[in-house]
Amino acid sequence: MNAALAIIALTIVGVLALGLRARRGKEMDLEQWTVGGRGFGTVLVFVLMAGEIYTTFTFLGGSGYAYGHGAAAYYILGYGCLAYILSYWLLPAIWRYAHQHRLISQPDFFARKYDSPALGVLIAVVGIVALVPYLVLQLKGLGIIVDAAGYGAISPTIAVWIGAAVVTVYVMVSGVHGSAWTAVAKDILILAVVLFLGIYLPWHYYGGIGAMFTAVHEAKPGFLALPAQGESPAWFVSTVLLTALGFYMWPHTFGSLFTSKNDRAFRRNAALMPLYQLILLFVFFVGFTAILQVPGLKGPDIDLSLLRLSMQTFDPWFIGVIGAAGVLTALVPGSIILVAAATLIANTLFRVAHAKATDATVSRVARLMVPVVALVAVWFTLSGGQTIVALLLMGYAFVTQLFPSLVCSLLPRNPVTKEGAFVGICVGVATVAVVTITHTTFGTLFPALPQAVKDLNIGVVALVLNVASTAVVSAVTRHRAAYA
Amino acid sequence: MRFVRWLAVLPFLGVLIGVPLLNQVEPMVLGMPFVLAWLVMWIVVSAAIMTIIYTVDPANRDDTP
Repeated sequence: MNAALAIIALTIVGVLALGLRARRGKEMDLEQWTVGGRGFGTVLVFVLMAGEIYTTFTFLGGSGYAYGHGAAAYYILGYGCLAYILSYWLLPAIWRYAHQHRLISQPDFFARKYDSPALGVLIAVVGIVALVPYLVLQLKGLGIIVDAAGYGAISPTIAVWIGAAVVTVYVMVSGVHGSAWTAVAKDILILAVVLFLGIYLPWHYYGGIGAMFTAVHEAKPGFLALPAQGESPAWFVSTVLLTALGFYMWPHTFGSLFTSKNDRAFRRNAALMPLYQLILLFVFFVGFTAILQVPGLKGPDIDLSLLRLSMQTFDPWFIGVIGAAGVLTALVPGSIILVAAATLIANTLFRVAHAKATDATVSRVARLMVPVVALVAVWFTLSGGQTIVALLLMGYAFVTQLFPSLVCSLLPRNPVTKEGAFVGICVGVATVAVVTITHTTFGTLFPALPQAVKDLNIGVVALVLNVASTAVVSAVTRHRAAYA
Repeated sequence: MRFVRWLAVLPFLGVLIGVPLLNQVEPMVLGMPFVLAWLVMWIVVSAAIMTIIYTVDPANRDDTP
């Protein structure tokens, strides 16, 4: 075993130990397992929510996107910033309602707000369909990292199995407590590694960040600003806006926000998160440095740019440290997703089927669902191809469809009825599915329109149809109710 | 608080309207392409604005539960 693998193996053992230890002194009932007994302070809430944001997708995908797409990668900085501002008002409102009614999951929230268990089931199904690809993506990233950082000594398949097993074990035992503790370790390591790489690599190869960008600009003019077509400013604006709205709509994000002791933590984090997000800037620096140093990566291989450049630069032991950070960015969000998916199945779907189930039974079912969900994700990881990224984008577009009914439900007088919310979400989700499967874009729909319109993110269509049908159905059902 | 709250609109304008208008590589700022530096500036400004809002928002006073 080489030095890199030894360090990665030690990290995985460390994560397992930390994840198991997190259980200590807690009576693990359903509320403790899923939302940490609503007892987390600002710091734990911060790392838990940051833990979801800095996944393998940002670590490998962020650098890869900068490497392969150039300026289009900037959109990742844009949507986060806007989402954090929204969070100042959005999250405390969601939290207060959930706290008051002791809710533990996202479907609970919708079912209670709209007084409709059917809506809860719909939300749970949408959530599960969106979460599985997200988990698959983490496992895929894990496989890539261990394969590369281990210099091929361990196959991605074995790495995926080990990773999934470790997460399953500590999630079953410690629930969200395990995620929170490991998230602390992950954030410290990833922060150190990314800052170092983002500063050292441009300096090592070019003598500085400015020199690096100048070299890239000379070699590939226009690559560092948005192009006139394709990933153009119109694409940028529509994508940033859509992603910012969908940002907090993930089921596991709801789970994490329910862990908070109070609503002040979110308001404080709204000021900290944007700065913390600047870590992504350094991820981009790595990707841009790689353009001229490890040229030729194409298609899905652009995600390897950070690892390839590092392997060309550093000794194996340091590749181990980078790999360990990468493994944590896969395992920690993976664990949070697992808790959320298992909760959706047990607390919503199982409860609807077995109305008399006690909390203890639901809690047992939730834990039993963890290995089931993990196995499904492993199966997709090992059998699925390129389509997974498309699935994740579809998942993101799916959860974004929850935004209109959620925001309306927080208004003092909700203009949306439960029928309106139900139909609107169904229409939005169906549109996303059709558009994704048929590869529709604004360009194929309306070839005659100006380029700026053609470049708009097609997700806009789904959201507009969603809002329109929500409004129409709400108006009709409200009208009927008034005369009934 | 009521007026201060409107500061939060500025980053939306800066990102969603500013980026299409200022989508250029040169001049480089702090070694970064101009449009990237513009975004980074708005992230820092957002943090500052949210800190101001947090400070003046009566909901965050210690005497409120």
